[in-house]
Amino acid sequence: MKSSVIVFPGSNCDRDVAVALQKFHIENQMVWHNETSLPKSDLVILPGGFSYGDYLRTGCIASKSRVINEVIQHAKNGGLILGICNGFQILIETGLLPGVLLRNKKLRFLSKNVFLKVVNIENQFCFGYEKKNIIQLPIAHNEGNFFANNEVLKKLEDKNLIAFKYCDDKGAINKDSNPNGSSNNIAGILNEAKNILGMMPHPERLIDPLLSGEDGAIIFQSLLKSK
Amino acid sequence: MKISATVTLKKDVLDPQGKVVNQTLKNMGYDNIVSVRQGKYFEIELNETDKNKAKKIVEEISKKLLTNIVIEDYTISFE
Repeated sequence: MKSSVIVFPGSNCDRDVAVALQKFHIENQMVWHNETSLPKSDLVILPGGFSYGDYLRTGCIASKSRVINEVIQHAKNGGLILGICNGFQILIETGLLPGVLLRNKKLRFLSKNVFLKVVNIENQFCFGYEKKNIIQLPIAHNEGNFFANNEVLKKLEDKNLIAFKYCDDKGAINKDSNPNGSSNNIAGILNEAKNILGMMPHPERLIDPLLSGEDGAIIFQSLLKSK
Repeated sequence: MKISATVTLKKDVLDPQGKVVNQTLKNMGYDNIVSVRQGKYFEIELNETDKNKAKKIVEEISKKLLTNIVIEDYTISFE
């Protein structure tokens, strides 16, 4: 499997993702935002960080960068795209995923581990979570409060396009287990074709038992098996 | 009465955010854009019918709170 990690000025989780990809023997290339072509890849990753210093809106300027046209083409051709944190914000600004990510409800930057329920395991990113669907991953964001109108939310629920929801350690999805005020406790969503996943938590940070867990590794393992 | 205040960086102060927006617009193909400056816009509703008094109040709060007069300018307009 081949992957490309897009690097923007201000990306800061690009190397973490690269290390994760390397661990699972996925052949990766870093791609600078000014490139006009993508190397041949099965998977494109938009990493976390603060692309362009979050100017104007988070992910906004990155969504207009040169390489994004290639990423959109890759998506149209059915290629896999994973957007993590700022990458999720960029996917939304690009229009590849619906909704918007507002500032956290309590206006605070959140950096902690949260429990997640894997709601949809029937996609190439998440099928490895079949045996373990309540997981723990770190979040680190200021704008992760997913918001969409009722029509969009209904569509996401009805078509089973929500990949992850914030929950507590028992899997209960409610207000108390919602760290940032996201509608329906949404932490990650898929597009209709299910080849694009955007998520606020950072799976690339939990790929090694020495670093407190492997819950994030399952995404990379799932992707490997899908090809 | 409703009054709006626009706060922008002074001409000589570097506005990196405006510059990035300007460059992005150029990349998107808008060649005729010369420059972009980013600022803040406030809509203030007052319990006041006298235009002059209202203006004075908004000028005062613009100086005291809304702007840092070392680097920013403000303009006030009535609706």
